[in-house]
Formats: sequence, structure tokens, C-alpha cells
Amino acid sequence: MPPDSTRRQRLRILVQEVAGKPAPDDEQESLFESGLLDSFALPDLVSAIEKEFGIKVPDSDLNPRKFDSIDRMDAYLADHS
Amino acid sequence: MSAYLHGFGAYLPERVVPNVELAERVGKTSEWIESVSGIQERRWARPEETVADMGVAAAEDCLRKAGISSNTLGMLMLSSGSGSRGFPGPAAEVAARLGLDSTPAIDLPIASAGSLFGLALAMRLAETQGDILVVAAEKMSALIENDPNTAILFGDGAGAALVSARPGRWRMLDAVLHTDGQSRDALAFDGTGPLKMNGLTVILQAARKIPSSITEVLARQNISAQQVTAFLLHQANLNLVTRVAKSLGVDPEKMFANVQRYGNTSSASMLIAASEWADTNPEPGPIVFSAFGAGFHWGAIVADSTA
Repeated sequence: MPPDSTRRQRLRILVQEVAGKPAPDDEQESLFESGLLDSFALPDLVSAIEKEFGIKVPDSDLNPRKFDSIDRMDAYLADHS
Repeated sequence: MSAYLHGFGAYLPERVVPNVELAERVGKTSEWIESVSGIQERRWARPEETVADMGVAAAEDCLRKAGISSNTLGMLMLSSGSGSRGFPGPAAEVAARLGLDSTPAIDLPIASAGSLFGLALAMRLAETQGDILVVAAEKMSALIENDPNTAILFGDGAGAALVSARPGRWRMLDAVLHTDGQSRDALAFDGTGPLKMNGLTVILQAARKIPSSITEVLARQNISAQQVTAFLLHQANLNLVTRVAKSLGVDPEKMFANVQRYGNTSSASMLIAASEWADTNPEPGPIVFSAFGAGFHWGAIVADSTA
């Protein structure tokens, strides 16, 4: 499925709200390896995604790799929205 | 089925290891260690001090506070993920050193959630086994090297609790236990190398599973989180404890915390916390125990004061 620019923009806003800093221009960049988010920001990010997109991320999908970058979050939402 | 908690006990090694002592070793600052964990210092056992040594000390403290002699015990459970050998585990040695020569003693090598699982099992076995002493002892300093993600977190110590069918200070109302082995490698010790932990996975899972198990057990007993007077959690990380309070919508002050002083002592931490909390003459009301750790194993127990 092609990237959804509106969804990506919403994700960028969520990341900025959780991190308190702008999301990286490179949407493949790891938000954790870059230091933008730490381990305690990740649960907040997942909760924010659930609320914003009206989905429930099951415990079996609570894998940090699925939420590691704007690209990966967008791919997850493309599969689950 | 009726089971009661009669008392708790604890043992902490004498040696205090402040953040400054670890900071250079792991290439971080004291301030960074405290900011990511809430931990200011931890205790480390002497090189020759064993899991069984600490377990015996906590057991004796608990028996003294509960006012009973070890020879009345109907069962001993020993939780430890850091015992020094494969088998027999430390339960047999602790039982022998308490003077028990035919009382069943069971090892629970579950790590962080081990004491919670022990309490839940004891709750169900007390009517048939009699008084059950649940001990958790951990020498986590033996499992870490210089990885800043783990070396800063862990400490050594032991805790204990006495569970009995005889009426006591807190009646155990209910327990929920869960295991999901899909992430069994996210937090593991293979018996040789240092403990390995994927902190992102552990925190992400724990931040959801601890509140959900507490909510599950409280709902079954028609008790709201706001009615609970104290939450006695596995002391993994102060930031996680605070997050659980936020998820439950309760005052963080209700979360008893001593991880600042002892670090994460794995399965011992929940009982050490319970012991210190009980020593403060706490106000009556429902209390909740909860833990999450390697496996993943997690769950929650609710009890209520009888006085």
C-alpha cells in the first residue's frame, strides 16, 4: 500500500507531542536509536496512536520495532486500520 | 478457600553501591542513572554471600515478625532467578538451615514475578499444607557486567512472607497469574553470560500488563483502584511504578517505592517493599501486589486488612 501522507502527518504530530521535539525529516530514522524517544515514551506513543486512529494495539503487537520510525508506524496502521 | 498474610521479612546486604560508583564503569553519569531509573543506590552482597544466605536471613526476619517457629511450617517456597547452580536450587539449603528435614521446599526460578507466583500458589495451598513461607532471594550483581542498560538497575537482597489458612493480618482475596512466552528472550539469563534485556520491549509490555492485571483482579472483587490503600509492586524502575499509578488513575503516593535505595532486586523486591511498608503501621484497607518480568510472567494479588 502506498504511503498515506495525511496519516504520516498525523503520526509526525503525535511523535512531536510525545517527544516534545519535532519528528525527524527522515521517516525511516529510528526514533529510539536517534534518542528522540526513550523506553518510557514508547507506551505513551502507542497509547496516542490508539487514541488518534481509533484502534486497539493488541499485546501481541507490542513490539518496539513496529513503532520504531514514522515509516514503520505508517505500515502498521496501513495493515490494521 | 481462606488464606491470610501474617507478616513479611527482609534482608539487605550491608554494602551500599551509589550511582557514582557505577557511573564510570558504565560510561554514564550519576544523574543519567537516576533520571532513567529513579535509582540512587543499591546493595550488593559480599562475594561469598549466597542467595541461600540472604534467603535464610529474610526468612528468619519474617518468622520473627509473624511470631512463629520454623518447625511449624508446612511448606517453603524459594523464588530466585540468580541461584548459583542448576540443581538442587536454593530452596533445599534454605529449608535445611531453617531446621526443616522433611517439609517440602520448592524452587521457583521465575525471576522478577517469582514472589508473586509464590504468594498466589501459597494462597491456594495453605488450607492443605498449613503455614507456607514464601522467600525470594536474589544476587543480581552476579549476573551483570558493564552494559549500562542493566548494570545500573540491579541490586541484591531477599524478602519473605508467611501465608497461612489461620486468620491473620491480611486476608488474601484473589490472584491472577499470566505467562506469555513469545518474548522469553527479551529478558533472560542463560546461566553463563551476563543478563540480557531488551528494555524497550520490557517497558512497553510491562506498562500495559501490570495495570491490566491489577484492573482484572480488582474487578473480580468489585474493588476500585481508588479504594486500594497501598500498591506493593515489583520494584523494577521508579518511572514504571509512577506510570502504573497514572494508568490506574491513582495517587502515585499509594505506590510504595524503595527502588531508589535498593535498585531492582528482581523477585525479592516486592517482598522487601511489603516488609518495609508493613513496618510503617499502614492504614487498613485493600492492598495490591503486582509484578512483571522475564518470561514474560505477570499478575496481581489483592488482599484486605482484617482489623
